[in-house]
Amino acid sequence: MTENRHQKLGLSDEEVLDMYRTMLLARRIDERMWLLNRSGKIPFVISCQGQEAAQVGASYALDREQDYVAPYYRDMGVVLSFGMTAKDLMLSGFAKAEDPNSGGRQMPGHFGQKSNRIITGSSPVTTQVPHAVGFALAAKMEKKNFVSLVTLGEGSSNQGDFHEGLNFAGVHKLPVIVMVENNKYAISVPLEKQLACEKVSDRAVGYGMPGYTVDGNDPLAVYEAVKGAADRARSGEGPTLIETVSYRLTPHSSDDDDRTYREREEVEEAKKKDALVTFKAYLQEVGVLTEEKDKELEEEMKSLINEATDYAEEAPYAEAESALKYVYAEDE
Amino acid sequence: MPVMSYIQAVTQALHEEMERDEKVFVLGEDVGKRGGVFRATDGLYDKFGEARVIDTPLAESAIAGVGIGAAMYGMRPVAEMQFADFIMPAVNQIISEAAKTRYRSNNDWNVPMTIRAPYGGGVHGALYHSQSVEAVFANQPGLKIVMPSTPYDVKGLLKAAIRDDDPVLFFEHKRAYRLIKGEVPEDDYTLPIGKADVKREGSDITVITYGLCVHFALQAAEKLAEEGIDAHILDLRTVYPLDQEAIIEAAKKTGKVLLITEDNKEGSIIGEVSAIVSENCLFDLDAPVKRLAGPDVPSMPYSPPMEKYFMMNPDKVEKAMRDLAEF
Amino acid sequence: MAKEKINMPQLGESVTEGTISSWLVSVGDTVEKYDPIAEVMTDKVNAEVPSSFSGKIVELVAEEGETIEVGNLICYIETEGSSEATEEASASEKPETPVEKDGVGSSDDEDQPMKKRYSPAVMRMAQENDIDLNQVQGSGRGGRITRKDIEKIIASGDLPKADEAPKPKEQVQETQPAKETKEVPAPQAAKQTSGPQPTANEGDIEIPVTGVRKAIAQNMVKSKTEIPHAWMMVEVDVTNLVEYRNSVKEDFKQKEGFSLTFFSFFVKAVAQALKEYPQLNSTWAGDKIIQRKAINLNIAVAKENELFVPVIKDADDKSIKGLAKDITDLATKARNGKLTNDDMQGGTFTVNNTGSFGSVQSMGVINHPQAAILQVESIVKKPVYMNGMFAARDMVNLCLSLDHRVLDGLVAGNFLARVKEILETMTKENTSVY
Repeated sequence: MTENRHQKLGLSDEEVLDMYRTMLLARRIDERMWLLNRSGKIPFVISCQGQEAAQVGASYALDREQDYVAPYYRDMGVVLSFGMTAKDLMLSGFAKAEDPNSGGRQMPGHFGQKSNRIITGSSPVTTQVPHAVGFALAAKMEKKNFVSLVTLGEGSSNQGDFHEGLNFAGVHKLPVIVMVENNKYAISVPLEKQLACEKVSDRAVGYGMPGYTVDGNDPLAVYEAVKGAADRARSGEGPTLIETVSYRLTPHSSDDDDRTYREREEVEEAKKKDALVTFKAYLQEVGVLTEEKDKELEEEMKSLINEATDYAEEAPYAEAESALKYVYAEDE
Repeated sequence: MPVMSYIQAVTQALHEEMERDEKVFVLGEDVGKRGGVFRATDGLYDKFGEARVIDTPLAESAIAGVGIGAAMYGMRPVAEMQFADFIMPAVNQIISEAAKTRYRSNNDWNVPMTIRAPYGGGVHGALYHSQSVEAVFANQPGLKIVMPSTPYDVKGLLKAAIRDDDPVLFFEHKRAYRLIKGEVPEDDYTLPIGKADVKREGSDITVITYGLCVHFALQAAEKLAEEGIDAHILDLRTVYPLDQEAIIEAAKKTGKVLLITEDNKEGSIIGEVSAIVSENCLFDLDAPVKRLAGPDVPSMPYSPPMEKYFMMNPDKVEKAMRDLAEF
Repeated sequence: MAKEKINMPQLGESVTEGTISSWLVSVGDTVEKYDPIAEVMTDKVNAEVPSSFSGKIVELVAEEGETIEVGNLICYIETEGSSEATEEASASEKPETPVEKDGVGSSDDEDQPMKKRYSPAVMRMAQENDIDLNQVQGSGRGGRITRKDIEKIIASGDLPKADEAPKPKEQVQETQPAKETKEVPAPQAAKQTSGPQPTANEGDIEIPVTGVRKAIAQNMVKSKTEIPHAWMMVEVDVTNLVEYRNSVKEDFKQKEGFSLTFFSFFVKAVAQALKEYPQLNSTWAGDKIIQRKAINLNIAVAKENELFVPVIKDADDKSIKGLAKDITDLATKARNGKLTNDDMQGGTFTVNNTGSFGSVQSMGVINHPQAAILQVESIVKKPVYMNGMFAARDMVNLCLSLDHRVLDGLVAGNFLARVKEILETMTKENTSVY
């Protein structure tokens, strides 16, 4: 008999089912993006596959009505949790005018939506870390109760902005949670060529904050770690570094071929630990997800994504001349 | 009207803006207790406390990046880079992030942040305390670059920068800090960013410049007036984006245009000014557009004769102005 | 033995001056090189300044509390060694001697290699105005015809056409507006010449130019270099006015507690005349002339070697008594150093009481950016031929300097005539001091 872990964390059956639904939605949208790319309809895909559990687990541990997130390019699970829709993501994939992230200006995966407190991001990695620290600084100055969550890859933890941002947050005890989604590869370069220390979380001590490494395939473990960090942050105890370890199940992007640098066996092995498989099994074992409910969910995803794809494909592009807009504030 | 130094005008503007708007805060290295290594933030720490006058760790990218984050939230950070030369570690944050935030988010997010930095030479600062770095940023749409010449302009433009909804780089000439004094009204006023200002009316030659060089040109103009050479002097004030209208008008006024910068010559701001003049004023030009600038060496050396050789001064300016007038 | 200078050092990157907070040595003291000699305070740091030489202090030039610019002398020290040249071996960057302005060059084409190199502006203007450039003398380098040369020709209206015979060579010069006739040569006050600075000889006193003196010098140079001054004088018979004022002055002083000066009558007359001739109450603004509505009169008040020009606001609204009171107040404030910024701002015309020094004729320098200044000279008794005989009359000269860009002789003359008329008809019967 499998132990019911989510109740211990204070999560209801409905809540864990909703987490699973969001993970599934992210995965299915991502898979559709690849199909669209390979059929020549969208030029670029960058995947969340393998990291949905960490993304959704962390997001659900936050107050999704007031906290801010500074996601990185794989964080489809985060932005879906924070209110972005399948349609929004498809509009971004097709670079259409209605895309809430950028109106079709940025590549897919460059998230941002002020109404849902998703902080706009760019392609140079790790620049979002000081931004999230800045939001946390604002929370402290304005005496607001929100925290900010920033995510990044393990390769990015080598950037100066990681060091500068965490140090700043540590010195000023700011309510920010830094979550490194360690998927073992920075494009082609494996973890051991990125870090000389064993774990990314080992670095936390240098910034005067606690550092934890958790199983990134287990949304409940991530939920627990982030929940603890958020409580710490809200009570004025400062930042936390959390490393979630999982595996990147796809090539780096639609332009990458991962067969040139890693063995198929390794990928196949990782797929066995895929949270979409393991968390589903858990939910079935504890009786939250029935066979019937699962089918229903898959059907729902299919029609939702079909509808979103059709809508986005049909939607108009922004006018070419609108490329000239919004360099600076405009009177409208 | 009170007379104050250039740096006092900086302090005054910061003080007034922090008093006016609680969202305004200052962050940077040594800006708190010490009041800045140049004393630009003098008195702010005592008045507004450490929460709003933040001594940051020594890390420029974080100063910019954290400021950007706070600004995106809705604060009005004024970040200080201790020397313009040390802005380089923050270039990624400024160019990839601050400059592009509004554009990349399709007007959803913006960065109302001011970054102040002392620039310029003539202070025995050698290679890394003397540079003019504006050209590094002056092809980055989304940024505004303000470089005032007088205490009056400093106060009005710094206040405008802080109130601006987009990122503004505010470069202050460090030699002007205590050298240049002028009348500054006590009342609350702003000056428009993006507008150049005629500092002297004249009919023989047009000098277009900015920063400390404005004073060199004005001094030279007074001397030349005695020889009957009447110089028209346009102070760019904002070097990016440029006030094309004012540049064209000033160039057409005399048809003889001298452009001056303290920066290295090739790729400098005045090259762009020259392009604007040649695109728009051909049939009003009475002489080739001339550039007077620093030599194309990496930066200003420490040894006094070499520094003097590099640095702009009133004599060099006077000579170039006379030469063009006699053409 | 050699006498060496110690100058104010640069104590910090942006520092331009330092204040001697205290001397740590006295005249006669012997110091080693690097011994501290003075405490200096700047905006950035407070520091002890070390001696640059070993020797005996012979003179402390700067006083305690005095602010000295970086690089300027603070004291002299007598050293043992030889007096090697200690001046900075700075690369000489003296401005080159200005090239002679060649005016209208010789007609020899060999001397004018640039004569036929036309700039785009000159080409365009010549075409638009059908000017034959062969007939134009160039004033530019190498005989080049400049845009200004063409502008002058167009302004003159005398355009050399291709089918006309060549004009005399002096043409360009001739076409310059002939307006210098009334101009008074500018006194070379505070003018910087490009030649070497004068040096002091033994026994001469060097007075540093600072503060107000410096500001006065700058303003005067600005005024004289920017404003083409012209000058005019009228003589006014103020016998009646003198009689009137003398008859009421005792009473007035007793009642009001301050003096009823002649000057207030003059100010009154000027304010009234300005109302009728607003052209004089104006300012040159490049492409336009701004006529001021308010009549705010600057009056000059001297204090030792300083000169202030505080403002009587809305002088046209005030009675003679009110003006007298303002004048007394402003003068007192100036002498006590109590003038506020507000007292100094907004002037539109200046009246200068040069008569108080006994002057009978003077040329005022216009208070930039105003359009004119009136000097009220000393009232003197003079024999005047009137009604068929000589009479002893009280006469005063009013001298007007005017900005010739803004004003011409006619309007200035009319204005002076009006002031004269008002003053000459001021009597007890028609003029109240209240």
